[in-house]
Amino acid sequence: MYDFAYHRPKSVADAIGLLKGKTEARVMSGGMTLIPTLKQRLARPSDVVDLGGVKELAGIKVEGNNVVIGGMTRHADVASSADVKAAIPALAYLAGHIGDPQVRNRGTMGGSVANNDPAADYPGAVVALNATVSTNTRKIAADDFFKGLFETALAEGELITGISFPKAEKAAYMKFPNPASRYAMVGVFVAKTAAGVRVAVTGAGATVFRVKAMEEALSKNFSSAAIKDIKIPADGLNSDIHGSAEYRAHLVGVMARRAVDAANK
Amino acid sequence: MTISVAMTVNGKSVSGKVEARTLLVQFLREHLGMTGTHVGCDTSQCGACVVHVDGKSIKSCTILAVQAEGSKVTTIEGLAESADKLHPMQEAFRENHALQCGFCTPGMVMSAIDMVKRHNYQLDEATVRRELEGNLCRCTGYHNIVKAILAAAPAMKSAGV
Ligand SMILES: Cc1cc2nc3c(=O)[nH]c(=O)nc-3n(C[C@H](O)[C@H](O)[C@H](O)COP(=O)(O)OP(=O)(O)OC[C@H]3O[C@@H](n4cnc5c(N)ncnc54)[C@H](O)[C@@H]3O)c2cc1C
Ligand code: FES
Ligand code: FES
Repeated sequence: MYDFAYHRPKSVADAIGLLKGKTEARVMSGGMTLIPTLKQRLARPSDVVDLGGVKELAGIKVEGNNVVIGGMTRHADVASSADVKAAIPALAYLAGHIGDPQVRNRGTMGGSVANNDPAADYPGAVVALNATVSTNTRKIAADDFFKGLFETALAEGELITGISFPKAEKAAYMKFPNPASRYAMVGVFVAKTAAGVRVAVTGAGATVFRVKAMEEALSKNFSSAAIKDIKIPADGLNSDIHGSAEYRAHLVGVMARRAVDAANK
Repeated sequence: MTISVAMTVNGKSVSGKVEARTLLVQFLREHLGMTGTHVGCDTSQCGACVVHVDGKSIKSCTILAVQAEGSKVTTIEGLAESADKLHPMQEAFRENHALQCGFCTPGMVMSAIDMVKRHNYQLDEATVRRELEGNLCRCTGYHNIVKAILAAAPAMKSAGV
């Protein structure tokens, strides 16, 4: 790891101030992705701005029909939150199945969503629940946030401050974890909210995507039987030593049906 | 960039000068000479480096020493009351032959204590196996580690630790 200048601001305003004009600076939340990246010398930031001391960024609030989760909220805190379990149990379940207990004690929602790893779990929940990502400058709808492989709508120096998830009438997440890394080979988040039914797939493509054909079928009949004949094209899906594109396409169907069954329980 | 850090390690106040990039595990091993915490993979996967920071188990190879500023850190060296009075989890590992080469053991024990407390001293085998996802062992096949943790849970409860 190359050395860098380290900063530990206490407020979002101070963090933004520290990032200003430093094009090679990086923010750090849980560090569970950033530190391994620095060790491999895949990044060489001049400055690391640690959000760990920014109290206003961590926490979970219920605001009307929404659960609002701060960017610095750790996966373990989402998994064990009574508010999240009551409002959107599928989201607590998802957080409790990220990596391992030690990763969940450090990794954060803001870091995971900003990083947009193709195999990350949270993007599935953000898109399926039609969540809104808040930054220091604006609010971004889920459908406009994830742009591609490790790519998001965030501008340079823009920070995720929190994410607002509408409560779901029914929701479930089913993940086929890679047996070694525990990242999603394929994860499907199915949700029925006031805005309708959404099916979001993570792990299978370059970034999270929706399956409109399944959403239409489930809007008419929210049962796994309604989607059993819907085939996912393998074209453009991820293909690697862990599984071919065809295998992942098949898994999307299996995980989606399991998710619908779990949501109906 | 050189930074001064201060934290509590196993109940003692410690401080030192580190680089911004110094990992907590390097601070423990190389600055404080506490080599009980191991580095197995250095890629955040094996759990040999697990310590507690403010009561939570974390991988000390994936946190900077400066991030632990002001924290209470507990390592494997901080568990036993004395050389002949081990922590109930260490005792259970010994009783159940839960280690062979011992390389993974410090991390296993630290993860195990955190999991027992988080589950309020009540665990079943499936829970223990799932909770051990972040700890790799190349020798034992895990079976005796799981047995040891299940045995230690009630022992920790009655010892009040
Ligand atoms: C062994 C292991 C297993 C894992 N398994 C899984 C898994 O199964 N599923 C899964 O989804 N993830 C998994 N992860 C990743 C983990 O969830 C990370 O915590 C997460 O991807 C990044 O979150 P972080 O808080 O650690 O971010 P960091 O590492 O601190 O940051 C990641 C990136 O996001 C940027 N960033 C951080 N915070 C913000 C913010 N608030 N605003 C804007 N940009 C920001 C940083 O600059 C950096 O580029 C695993 C990680 C490890 C080490
Ligand atoms: S050395 Fe830290 S996880 Fe392997
Ligand atoms: S006892 Fe050898 S690695 Fe676990």
